[in-house]
Amino acid sequence: METFYSYLIIFAVGGFICLLAQILIIRTKMTSSRILVLFVVIGAFLEGIQVFKYLEEFAGAGARVPIIGFGASLARGAIQGIKENGFLGLLAGPLSATAIGITVAVLGAYLFALIFKSRTKK
Amino acid sequence: MDAKAREKGYLKYVDSKTPQTKMWPTLFYAFLVGGIICVIGEGLGDIAKLIWPTLAEQSISAITSAGLVFLASFLTGIGVYDKIGAFAGAGSIVPITGFSNSIASPAIEFKNEGFIFGMAAKMFVVAGPVIVNGLASAFVIGIIYFIFGI
Repeated sequence: METFYSYLIIFAVGGFICLLAQILIIRTKMTSSRILVLFVVIGAFLEGIQVFKYLEEFAGAGARVPIIGFGASLARGAIQGIKENGFLGLLAGPLSATAIGITVAVLGAYLFALIFKSRTKK
Repeated sequence: MDAKAREKGYLKYVDSKTPQTKMWPTLFYAFLVGGIICVIGEGLGDIAKLIWPTLAEQSISAITSAGLVFLASFLTGIGVYDKIGAFAGAGSIVPITGFSNSIASPAIEFKNEGFIFGMAAKMFVVAGPVIVNGLASAFVIGIIYFIFGI
């Protein structure tokens, strides 16, 4: 029952973030790439002001899976890098923290571009 | 008629011609699909925890996003993700799966234009701006921490 409850919170928070983005799309007619850029920057900002970790504690994947989680990882990598290695750590940290996601996305896209043909859009 | 008034008139005309998106159903589907994707992500993490109980929290979240990203590029390849996106809107864009879709979709679409300037270059049409802006803001935040030494 407790698991069900925590999954419900994850569902609600994750859904709510997407709902906010959908309202933005309807109201401002922003393109999807602008939405992604905006939410990544928001995520980095939330991590910078130390708010994101509370959101993550509360909602788990509901906060990590939306693209704000990607921005937060970048910012977290930067902050951790500084603490461990100073300025060089700042340069290396953000991309190290997100390397797995980017690498899987690029290699996955490569693999499936080799396998599948583009279908004509109807 | 000056340019501004003409532009206003044109925007009004465009508004009258574009089909009105029904607000409430799209909001509902964005919420539903976005929520479900997050739940799937948490589920992947929980399964990973069952298989490797000693794994650090950080690795769990890495597995979560890697799993979702890979799944989304597969669904893009077989053409399912576009169908989800057609009714889910932001629900399929904002989760990390949407980021993956934004890489896989142009990669597949522009394969015909060659592997280097077609597939490889077009992969980052959307992901490039996302990474660049995310990296820049992370750097600024890092600099602030660096200067004030928090």
